[in-house]
Amino acid sequence: MTPVLAQATEGGAAELWTFIIVGAVALGSALGLILMRNAVHAALMLVLNFLAIAVLYAVLQAQFLAVIQVIVYAGAIVVLFLFVLMLLGVSREDSLTARVPGQKTMASIVGVLLFVSLAAATAGPFLGDASVCGSEAALEGTGDGEPCLGLAAVNAAEGNLRGVGFLLFTDYVWAFEVTSVLLVIAAIGAIVLGRRREDPAELVEPGSTVLPARPGEDDAAAAPGDGAPDAGAPDAGRPDGRPDAEPSRAEGEERT
Amino acid sequence: MSVPAGYYLILAAALFSIGAVGVLIRRSVIVMFMCVELMLNSVNLTLVTFARIQANLDGQVLAFFVIVVAAAEVVVGLALVVNLFRLRASTDADGVGALRA
Amino acid sequence: MSALAQQLPAGVEIPEIPWAAISPELTLFGAGILVLLLDTAGPRRRTSSVIALAILLGIAALAAIPGGAAPEIVALLVGAGVLQLALTLWLHTRPRLLGAVLTVVALVATIGIAAWQYQAAANGGMVGTESLLADMVAVDGVALFTRFVVAGAGILTVLLGFAYLQDRRIHRGEYYPLLLFTATGMTLLASAADLLMVFLAVEILSLALYVMTGLARRDMASQEGAFKYLLLGAFSSAFLLYGIALVYGATGTTHIATAGVALSDPGTPAGLVFAGIALMLVGFAFKVALVPFHMWTPDVYQGAPTPVTAFMAAATKVAAFAAFLRVFTGGMEQLAWIWVPAVSVLAAITMLVGAALAVVQDDLKRMLGYSAVAHAGYAAIGLVAVSEIGTGATLFYLLAYAIMSLGAFGILTILERRQRKAIAVADLRGLWQSAPSLAVMFALFLLSLAGIPGTVGFIAKFGIVRAAVDAGLVWLAVVLVISSVIAAYFYIRVIVAMFMDDEPAHLADAPVPPASAASTAVSVAAVGVIALGVLPPAVIDLAERAATFAG
Repeated sequence: MTPVLAQATEGGAAELWTFIIVGAVALGSALGLILMRNAVHAALMLVLNFLAIAVLYAVLQAQFLAVIQVIVYAGAIVVLFLFVLMLLGVSREDSLTARVPGQKTMASIVGVLLFVSLAAATAGPFLGDASVCGSEAALEGTGDGEPCLGLAAVNAAEGNLRGVGFLLFTDYVWAFEVTSVLLVIAAIGAIVLGRRREDPAELVEPGSTVLPARPGEDDAAAAPGDGAPDAGAPDAGRPDGRPDAEPSRAEGEERT
Repeated sequence: MSVPAGYYLILAAALFSIGAVGVLIRRSVIVMFMCVELMLNSVNLTLVTFARIQANLDGQVLAFFVIVVAAAEVVVGLALVVNLFRLRASTDADGVGALRA
Repeated sequence: MSALAQQLPAGVEIPEIPWAAISPELTLFGAGILVLLLDTAGPRRRTSSVIALAILLGIAALAAIPGGAAPEIVALLVGAGVLQLALTLWLHTRPRLLGAVLTVVALVATIGIAAWQYQAAANGGMVGTESLLADMVAVDGVALFTRFVVAGAGILTVLLGFAYLQDRRIHRGEYYPLLLFTATGMTLLASAADLLMVFLAVEILSLALYVMTGLARRDMASQEGAFKYLLLGAFSSAFLLYGIALVYGATGTTHIATAGVALSDPGTPAGLVFAGIALMLVGFAFKVALVPFHMWTPDVYQGAPTPVTAFMAAATKVAAFAAFLRVFTGGMEQLAWIWVPAVSVLAAITMLVGAALAVVQDDLKRMLGYSAVAHAGYAAIGLVAVSEIGTGATLFYLLAYAIMSLGAFGILTILERRQRKAIAVADLRGLWQSAPSLAVMFALFLLSLAGIPGTVGFIAKFGIVRAAVDAGLVWLAVVLVISSVIAAYFYIRVIVAMFMDDEPAHLADAPVPPASAASTAVSVAAVGVIALGVLPPAVIDLAERAATFAG
C-alpha cells in the first residue's frame, strides 16, 4: 500500500504539467474542430483531441480505456470520418456564415453559459486537495479510516484491465450482451442505407399486386423538392387507367 | 502538489460546451457529427474522472460502453450522410431545411 | 470499490441468468436474427437452413428434459421449431410475407410471455418487483405493461405496412428485423433498472428507428428526416449521458433506485444533483418530444414511411415514458421538489405549443406529428403528479394514444396508397362519399385524439385530469383543457373536410387498392378506441396495478 501512496503523491508535479500541456492541446484542438473551415482539417483536429484525451485517461488510472480510445476512436472512427470525407470529396471550404443572423453569437453565449454552469456544478466540490481521491461523501463511503488512495489501490490489486474485464462479465454482463443488438443494428443499417444500387425487382415481392411506383420514387434522380410539405394541391399526375388486377388474389396474399 | 480532480471536470465541461456550440454553428453535417463525438468524449472524460474520485471502476466500464455506442452511431450516421450526398451533392445542412418547422 | 476488491481474489461471482425474466427480449432479438438470415438465404437454402435450425431446436429440447427444465419450456422449444419449419416450407418463395408472419408470431409470443410473467407476478412467483441480473433488469408492472403495448403496436404496424411498403418499393428484407430490434430496445428500456441500461436501450431503439426512418433511400424527405433524427438524437444522448455521469459522480452508482436514495442524501454535493437531474431531463425531454426539445418530431414524422411513423408515435412514446417514469417518479421521488416544477412548466408549454402549431399545418402527417407533441405534454402530467394514480394515468394514456395514433396513421397509410403522395387536409374533401368506412373510422380516431366522450381519448384525459387535481396541480389541468380546445379545432377541421365538403377532391376518384391487412389493423384500432372508451375499467385497473417500480 505505501509504495502506491508514495507514487501517487510524488507523481503530483508530473501530473500537473501533463495536465496543463495535454489539456491545452485538447482545448486547442476542440476549438480548432469548430473553427476550421476545411472539414478534413477539422477531422485531424478531432484525432488530436482524442489522442490528448487518451493521455489524460492514462493519467487518470484508466490504462485500458486509454488504449481503446486510441484504437477505436482515433484509429477507427476518425478514419471512417476521413474516409467518407474523401469519398464524397467535400474537403472544400465550407462557409462559416451563420444561418440566422446572430446565430453564431447566440450559440457562443449559450455555450459559455453551459460551460460556466456545468463547470461550477461539477468541479465545485472537487477542487480541494482531498479531491485527488474523493469527495467527502466518497471518503465517508470507504469508512474504515484508511487513507483514500483512489483508483491506484484498485488497479494495484488486480490491474486495470483485469478489473474492467471482471466487472464487464459480472455486474455488467447483461449490458455487454445487449450491445450485440446495437452492433447488429449498426451493421444492418449501414447495409440498408449504403448499398449502392439494388435490383428494383428485389423490392417487390414476386406474386403480389403492386401499384405503379410513385412519381420520382423509382428513378435515382428524385427531385430534391419532392415529398416536401407543399403537397397541398391535388396533383393530377396519377397514371390512371391501371385497373387493380385481381383484387381477390391480392387480398388473399395480404392476409397475414 | 497534485491536480485536483475538479480541473479534469472543468476541462470536460469546456470540451462539452465547445462541442455543443459546434453543433449549433457549423453547417457541414459531417462536422456537426464530429462535434457530437467530441461531446461524447468529454462525457467519457467526466466518467473516468469520477471513477477516480469514487475509487471504483464502474465509471470506466460506463465509458467503455459509450465508446461502443459512439462507434455504432457513427456507422449509421455516415451511411446516412453518404446516401444523402448521393441524393444531393452538398453537405450544406441548410439544404436539410426543406423540412424546417 | 470495496465490493470489487473483495470479489476479485475470491474468484468471480457469475450472476445467475434469469432466463424467464429476459425471455421477451430474447424472443424478439432471436426472431429478428432468424428473419434476417431467412431473408438473405435463397429459397432453397432457406428451406434447408430452417430444417437444420428445427433439428437444433429439437436437440435443445431433448437436452433440456434431463436438464430439469420445466415441461413448458420443452414444449415451447418444440413448438417454435415446428412452427417456423411449417411457416418456412409454406412461404419459402415469399420472403417478405414470411418475414411479416414470423414477426407477428414473435410479437404474439412476446405478449404471451408477458401475460405469463404477469400471471406469475400476481401469484407471487418468480417475476415480482425485484431487480434481476446484477440489478440491471427490473421486471415490474411498468415493464410488463410496456411489453404489452409495444408488442401490440408492432403487430398492427406489420399489418399496416405490408402493402404500403410494396407500393413504395421500399419493402426491404431488413425492415422486419429492424422492427423486431426496435421492439427489443423498447422492452429493454422499459425494464432498465440501471441508468447504463437506460442509455443502451435508448440507443438501440433510436439507432433502429434512424434506419427505419431512412428506409426510403430515394426520398429526400425520408433521408433528411433520418439524418436530422440521428443528429439531434445523438446530441440529446450526449446530454442524457452527461446527466448519468454526474449522477454516478455524486453517488458512485448508476443503479436507479440506489442512486435515487443517495442523491437525496444531504451530504451529496447539491451542484451535481441539480445539474445531473437537469441534464437527464433534457435528454428525456428530447426523447419524448417535450417543447422546446421537440424540433425533430414533425420532420421525422413526416419524412418516415407512414407505418414507421405510426410505430414511432405509438410505441416509442410508451417506452420512453416508461423509462422517464422509472427514473424520475420511481427513482427520484425524494427529489420531486427539484424536477416537478421544471417538468410541469415543460408539460404546460408542450401542450400549448404543440396544439397551436398543429393548427397551422396543412400536411396531415405533420399535423399529427405536432399533435403527438401535445399528447406528450398530456402524458407528462401523470409524471409530475408523482403518485401511483399519476403513473397509472400516464400508462393508460400512453396505451390510449398508441391505439389512436396507430389508427390515425393507419388511415393515412391507406389513403397515401390511394393518392400516391402525401395527404393534405384538402385532399380529404368528400372522402365520406368515396370511402365512407375510412371516413367514419378516421373521424373516430380524430375525435378520440380530441378527447370526445365515448372514446378512449376521453377516458385517458379524464384520468390525467384526476391525477393532476389529486396532486394539487389544478393549473396543469386547466392548461390541458385549454390545449384540448385549441386541438379540437384542427381535428374538427379535418372531419368537416371529410363530411361536409361537397366538392370532392381528386382522391375521391382514385380506385381503392386492396389492402385487407391494413384495413384489418385499422378496424382493430377502431374497435379498441370504442371498447376502451365505453368499458374501460378492466384496463384502467391493469394500468393502475402496473404502477409499481422495482425497488
